[in-house]
Amino acid sequence: MSELQQLAAGEPADASGAGAGMDTSADTGARAQTGFWSAVGALLRKELLVELRTLESVPGMSLFALSTFAVFHFALQRSSVEGDLAAGILWVTLLFAAILGVNRLFVADADQGGFDAFLLAPVDRSALFVAKALALLAYLAVLELIAVPAFALLLLGAPLGPALGGLAGTLALGDVGVAAIGTLIAAIAVRTRSRDLLGPLLALPLFVPIVIAGSRAVAPLLVQAHRGAGGGPPTRWLLTLGLYDLLFGLIAYAVFDFLLED
Amino acid sequence: MSAAALQLEGLVRRFGEREALSDVSLSLPAGRTLVVFGPNGAGKSTLLRVLATLLRPHAGAVSVLGMRLPEQSWAVRGRVGVLAHEPLLYRELSARENLRFHARLHAVGEERVAQLLDELGLHARADEPLRTLSRGTVQRVAIARAVLHEPELLLLDEPYANLDPAAVELVAPLIGRGAGADGAGPDGAAADGTGAGAAGAGAARSRTRVICSHDPSGGLAEADLVLGLRGGRPALLRDAAEIDAAEVAELYR
Repeated sequence: MSELQQLAAGEPADASGAGAGMDTSADTGARAQTGFWSAVGALLRKELLVELRTLESVPGMSLFALSTFAVFHFALQRSSVEGDLAAGILWVTLLFAAILGVNRLFVADADQGGFDAFLLAPVDRSALFVAKALALLAYLAVLELIAVPAFALLLLGAPLGPALGGLAGTLALGDVGVAAIGTLIAAIAVRTRSRDLLGPLLALPLFVPIVIAGSRAVAPLLVQAHRGAGGGPPTRWLLTLGLYDLLFGLIAYAVFDFLLED
Repeated sequence: MSAAALQLEGLVRRFGEREALSDVSLSLPAGRTLVVFGPNGAGKSTLLRVLATLLRPHAGAVSVLGMRLPEQSWAVRGRVGVLAHEPLLYRELSARENLRFHARLHAVGEERVAQLLDELGLHARADEPLRTLSRGTVQRVAIARAVLHEPELLLLDEPYANLDPAAVELVAPLIGRGAGADGAGPDGAAADGTGAGAAGAGAARSRTRVICSHDPSGGLAEADLVLGLRGGRPALLRDAAEIDAAEVAELYR
């Protein structure tokens, strides 16, 4: 019996041969894992490059927000909005626009084999979650740079000047939660046949606490924009946003590995 | 003799109720080539995905490079190079950008990217988006991606698909018989086309390869061991030297 026939039959050809190959003790021969942040950097760079080339997410998100503000402008038939109404319109519009980005977040990876290529690399799988969340955070930042001035012009009817710092901080806090939840949901939805439907269905209920806390935090700022007084965002709503970010950041980080499993 | 790079005993993989792989058992020493034949849907690609740690085995014992799957999948990653049906590359990025991305994921230096672009004749179009390149050129980039990190085990699904004869010459030193982790070119064992010579010393430093093929004569020329699958079950498992192309062709009838 040749060496190959012996092995084909599942027999170790000698004691040190296959047996040695099966040794799983100290020297596993495994290659060192690529550094976590190095992998995050590579993934994030690739993500932004693909977005720059395809312009599939940010332009769509921005156009959606601009057209929604325009529709509100004509539908409300008011020269300006302020307080709770203004804050609600702003947050709801931004979150619906974010859904468009969430839905596209893993599409290139799923359609072009990026998931498999990533899974074959000696990289901590959480690096993909962090990179995708950072990419979504970047898209949201660009969206808000475009959408917030348009909101001030079309709906608020007042300069944001004095409220700008507080508004930027509150939006940033909300964006962290949106990015964490959005990345988690996108990773779940992209592996299903009805991903375009499942993404919003799963994400919107989880975004509701962000809408509530974000609107309550922003409302006084939008009164301030009009009247020049009204104070900063209430601390308890900022804390609520922060805790929600932390909670979903940790949940997403903990379960993301399992979402990539077969 | 060399240790077993692959050891499968009663491997089963299901998709729902259907068994895509049933009771597959074999052992392949390090540095040898297993060629898998079988009609479409026979389970060839599923076998590659299990060995690549992308699919979990549902029953049986699977060891890859001495690591049990799925328990030690983490230790196999980075040591396996996979060329699948899909190139696993981003169409909007260029060959250079794709390879740089994968090089960073595998902690491989920039010079290796330049070396592969050069060896595979890709320099002239290295900065054009992949969507503008021919399928054969994209296949060469996919091969560069698969060998970028100099894996010990190569899993190749129809590696010569879409390649013209000149391109086959270019990729042979990287994935052909005798291609080694040190980048060595094909050794003399390939010359007789039987595969029998591969048991010699030259093959000892070669990569272990698993190749899925539909080409009986071409596949046998690459093989040390042949596995024929039909309906997910092994229908043939023998030394390549003992099999002729007609016997392989029977699998497709």
